[in-house]
Amino acid sequence: MAYMTNLYDSSKCTACRGCMIACKDWNQLPAVMEPFKGNYSTHEDTNGDTFTIIKFMEEEDPVDGVRWNFLKYNCFHCFDPACMQVCPRQAYSKTEWGATIHDPDKCIGCQYCTYACPFHIPKYRKREDKIAKCTLCADRVSEGLTPACARTCPANALKFGDRAELLAEAEERVKFLRANGFPRATIYGKLELGGLNKLYILTDTPDKFGLPIDPHIPKQIPFWQDWVQPWLGWLIPLAIAGSATSFVTTRILANKHAGHEEHGAHVEGGHE
Amino acid sequence: MVDLKNTDVALIMGSNAAENHPVSFRWLDRARQDRGAKIIHVDPRFTRTSAKADVYAPLRSGTDIAFLGGMIKYILENKLYHEAYVANYTNATFLIKEGFSFNDGIFSGYDPDKRAYDVSSWDYETDAEGSPVKDMTMTHPRSVLQLLKKHYSRYDIDTVCSITGTPKNKYMQVLETFCSTGAQDKTGTILYAMGITQHTVGSQNIRAFAIVQLLLGNMGRPGGGINALRGENNVQGATDMALLYHIIPGYITSPSNAPEHKDLTAFLTKETTKGYRSNTPKWVTSLLKAWWGDAATKNNDFGYHYLPKRDSKKNYSHIAMFEAMHKGEIDGLFVMGTNPVVGGPNANKEQEALCNLKWMVQADLWLNETADFWTYQAWERAVHNDKVDRKTPADIGTEVFFLPACAVFEKEGTAAQTGRWVQFRWKGAEPVGDSKADLWIVDQIATRVRKLYQGSTKPQDEPIVNLNWDYGHGHEPDIMKVALELNGYYLADNKPVPSFAKLMDDGTTACGCWVYCGCMGLTPTGELDYKPMHRDNKDNSKHGLGLFSNWAWSWPVNRRIVYNRCSVQPDGITPWPGDEKRALIQWDATAVGDPATGKLGKWVGDDVPDFNVTLAPEEPGGKNPFIMRPEGVGCIFAAKTSMKDGPFPEHYEPWESPTTNKINSQQNNPCVKVWEPDKQGNSKDFPYVATTYRVVEHWQTGALTRNLPWLSELMPDMFVEISEELAKEKNIKNGRKVIVSTSRGDISAVACVTKRLKPMNINGEIVHMVGAIWQFGFKGFATGDIANRLTPHIGCANSMCPEYKAFLCDIRRA
Ligand code: SF4
Repeated sequence: MAYMTNLYDSSKCTACRGCMIACKDWNQLPAVMEPFKGNYSTHEDTNGDTFTIIKFMEEEDPVDGVRWNFLKYNCFHCFDPACMQVCPRQAYSKTEWGATIHDPDKCIGCQYCTYACPFHIPKYRKREDKIAKCTLCADRVSEGLTPACARTCPANALKFGDRAELLAEAEERVKFLRANGFPRATIYGKLELGGLNKLYILTDTPDKFGLPIDPHIPKQIPFWQDWVQPWLGWLIPLAIAGSATSFVTTRILANKHAGHEEHGAHVEGGHE
Repeated sequence: MVDLKNTDVALIMGSNAAENHPVSFRWLDRARQDRGAKIIHVDPRFTRTSAKADVYAPLRSGTDIAFLGGMIKYILENKLYHEAYVANYTNATFLIKEGFSFNDGIFSGYDPDKRAYDVSSWDYETDAEGSPVKDMTMTHPRSVLQLLKKHYSRYDIDTVCSITGTPKNKYMQVLETFCSTGAQDKTGTILYAMGITQHTVGSQNIRAFAIVQLLLGNMGRPGGGINALRGENNVQGATDMALLYHIIPGYITSPSNAPEHKDLTAFLTKETTKGYRSNTPKWVTSLLKAWWGDAATKNNDFGYHYLPKRDSKKNYSHIAMFEAMHKGEIDGLFVMGTNPVVGGPNANKEQEALCNLKWMVQADLWLNETADFWTYQAWERAVHNDKVDRKTPADIGTEVFFLPACAVFEKEGTAAQTGRWVQFRWKGAEPVGDSKADLWIVDQIATRVRKLYQGSTKPQDEPIVNLNWDYGHGHEPDIMKVALELNGYYLADNKPVPSFAKLMDDGTTACGCWVYCGCMGLTPTGELDYKPMHRDNKDNSKHGLGLFSNWAWSWPVNRRIVYNRCSVQPDGITPWPGDEKRALIQWDATAVGDPATGKLGKWVGDDVPDFNVTLAPEEPGGKNPFIMRPEGVGCIFAAKTSMKDGPFPEHYEPWESPTTNKINSQQNNPCVKVWEPDKQGNSKDFPYVATTYRVVEHWQTGALTRNLPWLSELMPDMFVEISEELAKEKNIKNGRKVIVSTSRGDISAVACVTKRLKPMNINGEIVHMVGAIWQFGFKGFATGDIANRLTPHIGCANSMCPEYKAFLCDIRRA
């Protein structure tokens, strides 16, 4: 089956955050109250009860003056997802149309996926001791509906459909944007990590949207997948018995990936 | 809204359309993609709208007339105006009487004691028959065009930029981009909101828009116009129903105690003018018949004397009402759909005013800040300030009643949007608990009050005893009966009147609001056909203009674009060169105009002609598209009583301003009523320009949204925005608490230090701005101080719309 996905056009998004509400509504997620810290985003990152956020980034340079970039940030549904590779309990699976979904019944809350994900998307939900994340509304799509966020977007910045068709549309749009004041406009998700099942039209380079220009999966993941995971069967009872092992393995991963540590700290927040 | 997709350039000024009217961007973006349209945003702040605009230009809040005055000068000087349009469809060719003058900020006829004008010199020169004298070459020194040129000759680019603080290159970019729509094949649209109206010169700001759009030939054509983006989805409906004190339904002047309103004949003589308004007697008589039915007869002036008469010398606007309440002149207050403790200007004073009432009734979804104005919480203040009264519940004698109202989705009814589409909304869910629809509440009050007066023979009780109030006897009022009354019906058979031209002044028709006449029809089987319920989303226009004429119904008579006679040339046949697709109507000389007489000739097209359908272009008045105006043309010069403060807009500084007026020596609008002279802050104590605004996450005073967890989560706290430069100067850190003060009060808020706000260079001096969200209060999940505790009690000289948008403040770390 052909892949189906969302196309997000940052040049059209007005950051109304309607998609955030639609997401909370469909998934019946509670509000996570955090104080206002001086950025319209309120939440700096997604969390266990907030699968999608709009990031607000201010840029200034002598040529363009001030720019305010908006980015809908959520699971990218990678073609070959790192979360799925590392999960010791095979809680992750890919739908035939490309959504990466997570089964909470299998999840033991070890959070390996969070550390493995180049975008740190899977988030720990303290009240259940499980991971939670965007499902690309797989439950809606299987009923022939579009994802809740795409359905609600008043600015037409979000579309859902056949990935190949949307990609062609995105390429056209980028051409238009490059000719109309955004010479660095680009597509994100076409090639990154071998392809993401989320397509982004960005009006500037990815770093201006807080996205890694060249995202990569931690190098030890293949090693993990081939060598450690098969043995995890007996590691898990240990992990559950005392969090020591979990702590150690987690730290091993995190340390080897120092750049990600900071993000790791957020996960603990839980914000419930 | 849909028409925005037909524009070539959109100027968004004094509006944060992307945030507060997200759907507008769906269509603006369509215009950008399909037509290569450009979007300009002019605003004191860089907002989510600026982020989506092609051109962003900042200006100091309260300097719009300087900005637009410079644009008018630029258009005239570079001859960018649409000449044929200006000559034929505006009063640019009219001569103004000898005696009209303007000198250093003051027009002829000013009386400084009354702070008002005698407007008799602001008039046209007329010939023996009383018709205005014209000079089609527009070169006569007293022609409107030449007077306009003279008036704005002072608004050169350097002067303008030193007043507005707009960087010159940005200003030039705006001028070049927007004024390009003066070309015959181009149209430009203007979108505005409260950033334009909430000033002491608010109405004149709009007048400046009108002049620009008339010069560029942008009115009455697809993709053109001046679009008021309303503060609520049904503000249009509320004004149609005469929510404002100076009108009765259908935009008819409300009767006063002045001698010219002493009886119906006098009232109609005064209020009936040329053009469409010649129908006023039919509208007023039918309105009186709707309200008093059989008791309204020819012999008793159709009950005209039942109408309450306002004191012609008195002002009854929001500020005036609260000033009167503060003085103890008002006993009781009904508050429905509003929350003045958060939304009213000078909220400290308005909260005090409520304490002087005997009783107050509030209908709302939640116990909002106004309903709870008497609680301890309501009198907590961020800073102890001797000038601000602090009360406790024990000090307050007002008896407060609360009526739980249901939400919009729990009731049925219509809402009219900015494009005048009246759309019916079906009930989506049952009301929660005992909450009731507003209609139910009003119906119950009216029925029960009437019962109390039953049997009274006192003449002063007649308006209530004789009131024609019958909306059914079921549990809920019958909304179709309300709709039929608004549309109008024949008293003989209760059948709907098909259009307002068919209303009568002899008492045979009743109509609650003439502009709604025609919204109710009959199906072929004779049932009522309520057109606001129509849902045909097929575009009926040949060239995809998005008229959607069978989706809901728009007033008047389902016309989608008013003044659409302007979309063709004066001959009525030829579209504007290069703009064939945007011609909405055309004169068809061969079509049968009047089936009764067989007279040939008729206006035809995709839209309902905004014109007498059988009036040929060569007949008298056949080229006059602005049929609501007695002149028949668009008014570049606002003659006679149109405006209180001048026939041309002139720049005056906001009541509280950091600088002196550079364009004339009148500091403030000479016609504004000053309510609290002692509360005028000066720039020594309060050096920063302050303005207030909303965010998309909250709705109005936040009473609705701050009680919803998901929306509270998105914007959880009250914050103020300042530039990085001001933050540095005042040692304020992003995300930390600050105190903002004015001469009226103090608030605490979180600081949002941003690159999006920049200090401005105003005539050589650096001026900083503080922007405050006015949607917070002490109730709900997301709480914060009330920004309107800072704003002044002063309003526009014409409309009394409060000057929420420009005042002076100070800011410091908390
Ligand atoms: S709903 Fe659409 S416009 Fe609004 S924030 Fe989401 S993507 Fe952007």
